[in-house]
Amino acid sequence: MLQIPLWKRIVILGLCALGLIGAAPNLFYDRVERHNDAVAAVERTGVESEDQTAAIAAWPSWLPSAIVNLGLDLRGGAHLLAEVQVEDVYKQRMDALWPEVRRALVSEAKVAVRRIKGAEGELRVEIDNPEAMEKAVEVVRGFASPVVTLTGVGQNDLDIRTEGSQIIVTLSEAERTVTDDRTMKQSVEIVRRRVDAAGTREPTIQRQGQDRILIEVPGIGSAAELKELIGTTAQLTFNQVIRRSANKDEPAGVGNVNYPSAEEEGVYYILDELPVVTGEELVDARPDFDQNGRPAVGFRFNASGARKFGDYTAEHVGELFAIVLDGKVISAPQIRTHIGGGSGIITGTFTPEETDKLAVLLRAGALPAKMEFLEERTVGPELGQDSIDAGRVAAIVGTVAVVVLMIASYGLFGVFAAVALGLNISMMFAVLSAMGATLTLPGIAGIVLTVGMAVDANVLVFERIKEELKTAKGPARAIELGYEKAMSAIIDANLTTVIAALILFFLGSGPVKGFAVTLMVGLITSVFTAIFVTRLFVVTWFARKRPKTITV
Amino acid sequence: MAFRLRLVPEKTNIDFFRWAPVTFGGSVALVVAAIILTFFMGLNFGIDFRGGTTIRTESTRAVDVGAYRQALSPLNLGDVTITEVFDPTFREDQHVAQVRIQAQEGDEAITPETIASVEAALQAYDPAITFPSVESVGPKVSGELIKTAVYSVLAATLAICGYIWLRFEWQFSVGAVVALIHDIALTIGIFSLFQLKFDLTIIAALLTILGYSINDTVVVFDRLRENLIKYKSMPLRDVMNLSVNETLSRTVLTSGTTLIALIALLVFGGDVIRGFVFAMTWGVIVGTYSSVYVAKNVVLMLGVKRDWGKKPEGGPGGTQFADIDA
Repeated sequence: MLQIPLWKRIVILGLCALGLIGAAPNLFYDRVERHNDAVAAVERTGVESEDQTAAIAAWPSWLPSAIVNLGLDLRGGAHLLAEVQVEDVYKQRMDALWPEVRRALVSEAKVAVRRIKGAEGELRVEIDNPEAMEKAVEVVRGFASPVVTLTGVGQNDLDIRTEGSQIIVTLSEAERTVTDDRTMKQSVEIVRRRVDAAGTREPTIQRQGQDRILIEVPGIGSAAELKELIGTTAQLTFNQVIRRSANKDEPAGVGNVNYPSAEEEGVYYILDELPVVTGEELVDARPDFDQNGRPAVGFRFNASGARKFGDYTAEHVGELFAIVLDGKVISAPQIRTHIGGGSGIITGTFTPEETDKLAVLLRAGALPAKMEFLEERTVGPELGQDSIDAGRVAAIVGTVAVVVLMIASYGLFGVFAAVALGLNISMMFAVLSAMGATLTLPGIAGIVLTVGMAVDANVLVFERIKEELKTAKGPARAIELGYEKAMSAIIDANLTTVIAALILFFLGSGPVKGFAVTLMVGLITSVFTAIFVTRLFVVTWFARKRPKTITV
Repeated sequence: MAFRLRLVPEKTNIDFFRWAPVTFGGSVALVVAAIILTFFMGLNFGIDFRGGTTIRTESTRAVDVGAYRQALSPLNLGDVTITEVFDPTFREDQHVAQVRIQAQEGDEAITPETIASVEAALQAYDPAITFPSVESVGPKVSGELIKTAVYSVLAATLAICGYIWLRFEWQFSVGAVVALIHDIALTIGIFSLFQLKFDLTIIAALLTILGYSINDTVVVFDRLRENLIKYKSMPLRDVMNLSVNETLSRTVLTSGTTLIALIALLVFGGDVIRGFVFAMTWGVIVGTYSSVYVAKNVVLMLGVKRDWGKKPEGGPGGTQFADIDA
């Protein structure tokens, strides 16, 4: 029957009203965005500046303030896909293990040992006395400990095998999995801290797959800038200086390394490979100035770092020690006195900007492994704005043309469909805003496409009503049958499109995903408006006018 | 009676099978041609699929492709493509070009030095030049993107096929899939013919075409299913013609509104998404055609089980017409 119960009417109209209200903030995009930023900033810092008060007042707080996020291609910014070289960590682990293994082998197995260069992530030890092999292996086994995983019960973290007079130690499969996972978590966390410290809006930092991190930062000038910020390992160590050298090929000897100076060309330092203290024990780093007023970075160690540093400086007064950042000696000052208290400054030829950046990097911590960048995209803000403008024009032109065509084809029913189309578009924006979805350039195309396709459900119904009218059952019955019989076509047709959109969503990335989301939301709202909203219009109109005949 | 725009007359009685050798045969020939064309001419893959860097340049000075090329030639970058971009939405003094550099030999990741040197070289030639967008994709990722793209098109086709099978009969599902293959092949074919840039967004467009085309096909099928029950003794071929005629006005109007929206986007939407919108516009045209002229021909060839209660005697009812168009 042509009756729609009151509660249903209220729900339908209520949803339409929600759609209109929810979409409204998008019309005042800049204002609402400033309002939201100011609210977030005030919440974070607890203080409110004059500008922020004005920004908050610019948009009434009782109105919804959710807006669609603009994707990088619309706002401008940088996108990076980084691959973390998780194998770096295997090597570090083996390097750290070697001094302990050496000590244990010498003292317990009573053999002379030397490390032989092996594959990456491998510790290859040659012992001089093959008879003591068994004992030696046993000693090395002592370093292995069981791995705690959900599945790999009873696995050790080290694989130990022998090859002639050599013992080869590698991380076991289970330990590698655990290590990789930890490396990735650390890397994501550190990248997040570094990007946050740079203070840009809503960066996306996501782990992708086994060993990748996706980083999207709106509003940053270029991908190169972003890469500089997050691609630096920032491994800070304090090492003992064995001697200075002028030759980069000078053999450093066992347990030592030869690092170049960051400042003086042709100056090299032979350092003890084992650092005295590392950047991990820093609790604070900030830009500072030395007593001559030159830019420097001040730092503070935690308790254990401070003790190690204090003990070391007390024992080595008069010697040089090196401050090493990512394999380069930043400076190698002389220890004048015992440095207690665990704080100090790093001097070098820095500009104030460089000390700022270095402080940020040191505070955020070092990346556990290097990153390689597989994909990078930069979009300038002007290009994004151009795209938004072009999309807006296209959407308006498209909508007007569709409305004209609908009204020309269906008269009053076409007007109903046009109003429903308007509601459909605002509901789409409301849903996208509420979801916090990201609007991309293909997403705008998705909206325009849905405008074209959204009337389809209406067209199906109207055509059906027209056919039913021919069989002369009276207008009321024709309208009812029209809706009833068009339903299966509407559902089937839209569900198959939803399938395609879902697959796009799960397999696509970035802008394509944004397109899938708008397409899907658009399909759902268009079916809703066609089935419920236009029907409500038609039924209400019919009940009021009670026309004897209708023309669709 | 009020004025009504009629794109399609009130009642049509077109025999859609009359020219089947031309329409269906033509479609088959075009699909074969598209596949052969793509095979021999290949596709103009964007950096998404073959790695490399594209730099978009913008300047107030007119683009001189030769001079750009000369400025870049000392850098020894290998294959460099420079194309000027035209668009009606550009301002008078807005000159845009696209510089594409192949993935450098032996580099897994992108070197910022390469990009910086290209930018410096172009800036030396034209100080007013800016770089509104720079994109680099390493070969490792591009390989994976190809794989994902192929998977997603296959997965979408299979999922749609499965759904149609559930809701209709297997013959319909085969008909729908053949229509989808037709649409995809012709779209890829035209990208190959004109050597248009084929990147990730085109894959998104392909999937949308799948969705749109199936939408059209399903509306016809839905009516066919209804009429098959209604007119139990009418030959399958006639039921099909009736169904298409009955839904013709809807098919034309919906395609019309969709095309209008897409054409608006094609003209005013800017050059960044032109390829994407072009693929969809073309796909909507091909998709509409295929749901009228391809999908149901396949169903007709396969025949449909008409007697739902009884066991089929001597094959499904529709097979007696199976040879007509084959």
